[in-house]
Amino acid sequence: MTSTRFSSLRRALRWFFVRSRGDSPFKTLLIHLALIGASIIAVYPVLRVVTISLRPNDALLTTDLRIIPQNATLDNYRTVLFGDPTKNRQSDFFLWLWNSFSVVAVTSIISVILAAVSAYAFSRFRFPGRSAGLVFLLTTQMIPAGMLLLPLFIMLAQLRMINTSLGLIIAYSVSSVPLTIWTLKGYYDTIPIDLEEAALIDGATRFTVFTKIILPLSSPALAIAFLFSFMGGWSEYLVARVVLQKNDLYTWPLGIFTYAQQFTVAWGQFAAASVMIAVPVMVLFLYSSKWLISGLTLGSVKG
Amino acid sequence: MDETPLIRRFLPYLYWLIGLFLVYFVVNALIAPYASGITLSVQIVIRRLIEIGGFLLAIFAGLAIIEVYFYQIFFRQPRTILTAWIVRILQGVFAGMGLLMVLAFFERTDLFRLQEGLLRSILYFPNTLVDGLRSTLMGIGLTKDSSGWMSGVVLIVIFAGLFFLNHQLTVPRSSKLGMAYLLVLPAFIGVLVLIIYPFLFEIKLAFSNASLGTQATKNAQYGLIYGWNNLVTLFTGTVAKDATFFEVLGRTVLWTVINVVFHVSGGMALALLLHRPMKLQGFYRTLLVFPWAVPTTIVAMALRNEFDSRYGLFNILLSNLNSWLVDVSQGMVSVPVLGEMFAWLAAHIGPVSWRQDPFWAFVSVLITNIWLGIPFMMVIILGGLQSISHEYYEAAEIDGASKFQQFRHITLPLLRPVLTPAVILGVVWTFNKFDVIYLITQGGPQEKTDILVSSMYKAAFSFYRYGFTAMFALVIFVILLAFALVYLRVSGGLKSVTE
Repeated sequence: MTSTRFSSLRRALRWFFVRSRGDSPFKTLLIHLALIGASIIAVYPVLRVVTISLRPNDALLTTDLRIIPQNATLDNYRTVLFGDPTKNRQSDFFLWLWNSFSVVAVTSIISVILAAVSAYAFSRFRFPGRSAGLVFLLTTQMIPAGMLLLPLFIMLAQLRMINTSLGLIIAYSVSSVPLTIWTLKGYYDTIPIDLEEAALIDGATRFTVFTKIILPLSSPALAIAFLFSFMGGWSEYLVARVVLQKNDLYTWPLGIFTYAQQFTVAWGQFAAASVMIAVPVMVLFLYSSKWLISGLTLGSVKG
Repeated sequence: MDETPLIRRFLPYLYWLIGLFLVYFVVNALIAPYASGITLSVQIVIRRLIEIGGFLLAIFAGLAIIEVYFYQIFFRQPRTILTAWIVRILQGVFAGMGLLMVLAFFERTDLFRLQEGLLRSILYFPNTLVDGLRSTLMGIGLTKDSSGWMSGVVLIVIFAGLFFLNHQLTVPRSSKLGMAYLLVLPAFIGVLVLIIYPFLFEIKLAFSNASLGTQATKNAQYGLIYGWNNLVTLFTGTVAKDATFFEVLGRTVLWTVINVVFHVSGGMALALLLHRPMKLQGFYRTLLVFPWAVPTTIVAMALRNEFDSRYGLFNILLSNLNSWLVDVSQGMVSVPVLGEMFAWLAAHIGPVSWRQDPFWAFVSVLITNIWLGIPFMMVIILGGLQSISHEYYEAAEIDGASKFQQFRHITLPLLRPVLTPAVILGVVWTFNKFDVIYLITQGGPQEKTDILVSSMYKAAFSFYRYGFTAMFALVIFVILLAFALVYLRVSGGLKSVTE
């Protein structure tokens, strides 16, 4: 009895240490401890948001460090989603999400379409102004985020587009388009040119080549470029704060900041809203991070 | 001919129907009872869809017209001398109209201003035409909104007719570069409108006294003297309200250096730990990427409250540590050296006023930004490590190189192609990144945690010093450009990037 239990323990230990041939068990243990420590530092602040969202309203201010709080409740989630009938307050949560989604989706669509076409030219044609154009696009990434915001703000004000979602779409496209061109150009470069040449010899036009060969082959990259520019705009706060001043146009970062500003009253609601927004984004991110990173390295960090 | 049974062919549609019905059911059963508590309504959704759809249609119609115009210039050639005249005149008129519209756009956005008169009415001639069309349409009984849509349709029909005429009068010709330029054109126009034009506007603004008092550009005065004044104020006065330029510049350098050093060393350490045959590697990797996966805005807003002096996470931890140290030091009061040491620690380690003390406020934003940035570097470095062949290490092992020597002479040099661009990008991004600062401390207390970019943002949008901000932005741009040029000189150009 004792020996079998012991052997299963030994088997578990062997499973744990088996593949680290070069390192001593003690070192392996140390490495695991270090990684566990780092993981706790990485995850705990995020978990704490979940904790706060579960706290009942009368116990928000506490020095408790437990992950699942006492008397955990989903009240905050209900208030955030469907308002508070007792106080006759409506919930803007869905409105914020819709505002964010509509603006960011359109920005991404525009930049992916513009970029898909011009990145193809940058990747396949050699024309005067090509490298100057590419370097220029890279330089725009050096322009501080706030730098073009002021002239854009004044421009939009003259065109009466402040406080419209169209104004925000325009402001977001500034940073989104050049980055997307770079990402896609990097991807097109990896598609062998022989395919197109064969098609061209067989009498296909450039247009057919582009729509029938390049676009289908690069559809994962297009999806990633879309996701990339979507994620860039999705949680943006500073530009939106300048362009939108009306409550009913607020994107969610502006919206939940109104919660975060009031420390006592709405901290739990802020946390609940954050969890509901962050979880889908994180799932999407962790799921797609492999491609996101390869897109990133292809586009901008090409060695 | 088609052997597939009918039901099979209609199955996809059936699935769609079932799906739609399920969505309808869920919306009705789960959302509808609470609809009174939600401000989002179907009307709002539809209104936004129409607004954005119109915007998209207008953009793509405009781009299509420009594309077709240039296509006919590149790829079509007039048949005879007579048709050449007609075609060229048509194209000239078109180009002239386009130019006038662009100039009118400049005028409308205050890049330059014209007095009422002949010149101005010439500039606005295309706009007047469109307005005339619209009022005609309203005259025959259309509403304000639908006349806008209809005039767009009428214009497109007119353009289509003109292009058809042009097409009939010309024969095809081949063009080598035409295709490339046609493809680049839409993005080029976008960049022109969204980046070049605002940049020019900014330069003009830098030489003005525009502020809230002048109603932005409406009553602003322009001249070299205003630019000079802005420059003098920037270097001798305050950048936003309290802090001076060189103070903030120093803090920006500190901010950038500390962040990048911690990002790279932290990322390197974690990547080296992860890069080995090991159980649970993917699990750790997923957990460690968390800070990157959460939207920055949420992290910053959540940590903003965690830096609270009583109920925030950091001070809870510090005060727990403090009470533990007090306990220990009381237990050890008789032990000679250790007792004194713990007493000293207990007296010095404890809760910190993150909000009021400028030093700790800066530390709080640094902690947040470092925490946020490490995963990116870790992933980049891990990718670099995985591309290094094992054989180098095996050879080094045989030659008796120590682990540190292997790191110093194999890993670091082979990581360079990955690390250098990542570090450069990291420097530029960190230099420009201030959402964490803005959301956690808003630069406070007394702008002691502001960096250049956040000061600029506040000067523009909290203190409305527009002309000054434009000059400020140009100075920041020059600093970054100098950095980029030095980097290019050192690394030998952008050749690897554009090839």
